[in-house]
Amino acid sequence: MGNWIINNGLTAFILVVWMAINIFLFVWFYFFYDLGDQFFYTRHLLGSALAWARAPAAVLNFNCLLILLPVCRNLLSLFRGSLMCCGRSVRKQLDKNLSFHKLVAYMIGLMTAVHMIAHLLNVEWYNNSRQGIYDELSTALSNLEDGENTTYLNPIRITNLDPQQIPTYFVFTTIAGLTGVIITLALILIITSSMEVIRRSYFEVFWYTHHLFIIFFAGLVFHGAGRIVRSQQSEPPHNFTFCKDRPADWGRIPECPIPKFAGGFPQTWMWVIGPMVLYVCERLLRFIRYMQAVTYRRIVMRPSKVLELQLVKNGFKMEVGQYVFLNCPAISQLEWHPFTMTSAPEEDFFSVHIRSAGDWTDKLIEIMQNLPEGAQGPKMGVDGPFGTASEDVFDYEVSMLVGAGIGVTPFASILKSIWYKFKDSNPKLRTRKIYFYWLCRETHAFEWFADLLQVLEKEMEERGMGDFLTYKLYLTRWDQSHADHVMVHSDQDKDVITGLKQKTYYGRPAWDKEFEQVRKENPTSVVGTFLCGPEALAKVLAKKCAKYSDVDPRKTKFYFNKENF
Amino acid sequence: MGKIEWAMWANEQALASGLILLTGGIVGVAGQFRGWQFAAYAVAAGVFVCLLEYPRSKRSKGTSVERTGQYCFTVCVKAFGPLTRNYYVRAFLHAAICVPGGFMLATVLGCVCLGIASLIYLVAAIRGEHWEPILPRKEVRKPVTESIKNPPQNPPPRPPAEMRRKRVDDLEGAAYDNPISVTDD
Repeated sequence: MGNWIINNGLTAFILVVWMAINIFLFVWFYFFYDLGDQFFYTRHLLGSALAWARAPAAVLNFNCLLILLPVCRNLLSLFRGSLMCCGRSVRKQLDKNLSFHKLVAYMIGLMTAVHMIAHLLNVEWYNNSRQGIYDELSTALSNLEDGENTTYLNPIRITNLDPQQIPTYFVFTTIAGLTGVIITLALILIITSSMEVIRRSYFEVFWYTHHLFIIFFAGLVFHGAGRIVRSQQSEPPHNFTFCKDRPADWGRIPECPIPKFAGGFPQTWMWVIGPMVLYVCERLLRFIRYMQAVTYRRIVMRPSKVLELQLVKNGFKMEVGQYVFLNCPAISQLEWHPFTMTSAPEEDFFSVHIRSAGDWTDKLIEIMQNLPEGAQGPKMGVDGPFGTASEDVFDYEVSMLVGAGIGVTPFASILKSIWYKFKDSNPKLRTRKIYFYWLCRETHAFEWFADLLQVLEKEMEERGMGDFLTYKLYLTRWDQSHADHVMVHSDQDKDVITGLKQKTYYGRPAWDKEFEQVRKENPTSVVGTFLCGPEALAKVLAKKCAKYSDVDPRKTKFYFNKENF
Repeated sequence: MGKIEWAMWANEQALASGLILLTGGIVGVAGQFRGWQFAAYAVAAGVFVCLLEYPRSKRSKGTSVERTGQYCFTVCVKAFGPLTRNYYVRAFLHAAICVPGGFMLATVLGCVCLGIASLIYLVAAIRGEHWEPILPRKEVRKPVTESIKNPPQNPPPRPPAEMRRKRVDDLEGAAYDNPISVTDD
C-alpha cells in the first residue's frame, strides 16, 4: 500500500479533487434550479427535469474548460520548465496529460447524455403544456404572451403544426436546439474516431475528425444565446404561493399581476474563452515553429526500414529523451507525428530514427530513398522539443532503462549524452550507475544502436569506468540455429551477434532477478525505472517497482516512468 | 489515407448509433412521449443494430482485436452469409432503418448518426471491403519428429582400451579434457 502511495499518490489526489469539483458543481446547480423561487413556475411545467438538465450543463462548462488544457503541449513544456523547483512527483503528473484529456472527454460524453435526455423530457413537457393537456396553471403559464423584451415562459410558441413534430421543429429552429444537435453530432463523431482501434491503426482519420472540436466549441459558445431557460423576474411583484391557484385572476387582482419571465445570461463563454485563447496561441506557436527553416545534415537508411534524419534548426535546444513533432507538407499538410530524438544535447544537430509504421512513415521513407545523393530532403516542419519522463534520468542516483524494440530510441539520446558528459567530466551528472536493458526480436535491427554501444564500451574501458553502465541485451525471438551458432562460438571474447563484449541473452528478462540484483547493489538509493515499450511490459515493471520498493526512506525505492506514444 | 479500412470506423459509428437510438427510444417510451410508437420501434431497431454491429470484422491487413465475448455474435452474423458480408447491403439497411427515427425528436440523433454510419459503410463497400468473421485459429501441432535429432548410431571416438582403463596410480593423468566447458561460468 505504501508503495502505491509513493508511485500514484499525487495522481490519485488530483483525480479526487477533479471529481469533487464535478460533484460540487452538479449538486450546487441542481439545488439552485430545483429550489430557487424564481424557477417555481418553470418547475411547474418541467418538474425536476429542469434541474437535471442544468446540473450537467454546469459540469460540462467546467470540463470543456479543462479539456483543451492538457493538449497544449508547448504550454505544458513551459509549465514543466517552471516547475523544476517542485520535485519530480509534480512534474511526473504532466506526463499523464493525455490520460487526463481522455478522462475529461468521458465525463463530457456522460454529461452530454444526461443533459440531452433531460432536455428531451423538457421539450416534450413544454409541448404538452402548450397543447393544453395539463392543468389550468400550466396552460395559463404557457399562454403568457411574448411582450416586448420577450416575457414569456414557455419557449414553444407555435401550435399550428402536427403536435408530434413540434418538438423536432422547435429544436431545429432555436439557437439552443440547433447548436445542441450539431455539437452533439460532432462529439459523437470525435468519440467514435478516437476509439483505440481506430486511433492506433488509422491515425489520420482520428486526427482529422478530431478537428471537429472547432465546430464543437463554436456551437458551445452560442448554445445559450437563445436564453430559453426562463426564470421569473422580480418586477412586477407576483407572489406565486398565493397566485398559483388563481391563474384566471392574473392581471385582474392587484396581488397577481401577470408575471414576467426572462432568460438567463449565457455563461458558457466565460468558462471556455480562456482555454480557447490559450489553445489558439498554442497552434500559432506550432505554426511559427513550422515556418522556421530546417536543413538536412545527413539522411541515412538503416537496416530493417529505419530512416535516420540528422537535422539542423536555428536556435533549437533540446534535453535528453525529448521528442519533436514532424510535419512534411509533401506528404500531408495537416499531420504532425511525434518522434523521439536520438541525438544528445551536446551535438550541434538533432537526429531522429523513423521506422516504417504506417502511411506517413512509409511515404517519407519512399521519398528519402528516391532522393539523389547529397540532395536536401523535402521541407520539414519541426515542433518541439517536448519534454517527457527521460529528462529526469540524471536526477536519480541509479537508473534502470528498459527499451523494447524501437522503444530504445530515447535511451540512445541518454547514452550518447552520458558519453559527452563523461568526456567533459560534467558535475551535473548525479547518476552513479545505469542499468540498461534492451529487448529486441530481430538481430539485424541492432546495428545502428550496436555501433553506439561499441563506442561507449571502448570509451568506458579507456577511462576505467567499466561499471558505470551495465547493459543487458535480450533477443526475445530465437530458434535452434541461433542457439547452435552461439554454442559454437561461446568461447569468443565478443558477442557473435552484436560484436559487443557483453553477451546477448536469449528470451525475456527474469525481472525479479534483475530487480533483486539492483536492490542488492544499491541498498540505499532511489532508483528511477524508465520504460519505452509495450503496455504489457509497463504493467509488469510497475508491479515490480511497487514490489521491490521500501517505504523506509533509508532503503531502496523504485519509481516507475513510462513514455506514452 | 491509403491503408484505412473504412469499415472499422463505420462499425464503431454504427454501434454508437445503435446505442443512441436505443437510449432515445427508451426515453420516448418511458416518458410516454407523443409518437411513442416510433420510440418503441427505435428500441427494437437499436437492439438489432447493436447485435449486428457488435462482432468486429477481421482486418484484411494487420491484427484484428475482438470485442469481449463477440464469438457467439460472430457465429450468428456469419450465418446470414452474403447479406452480412456485403457492405452495400449494410449501408442500405442502415439507411432504411434510420428513417423512422426522424419522425420523433427523441430518436432524431440516433437517426442522423446511423445515417452517417451508413454513408461510411457505403464508402467501405465502394472500396471493396467486406465483413470477415474472426474465428479462433485451429492449433496445428507440429510433427514431433522434425525437431528431435537422430541419436548417434556409433559411439564417440575413444582412445584405445589400455588408455581408458582407470590408472589408479595416476588419477590426474587419467582424466581427459572436455572440448566444451561442462560447468557454468
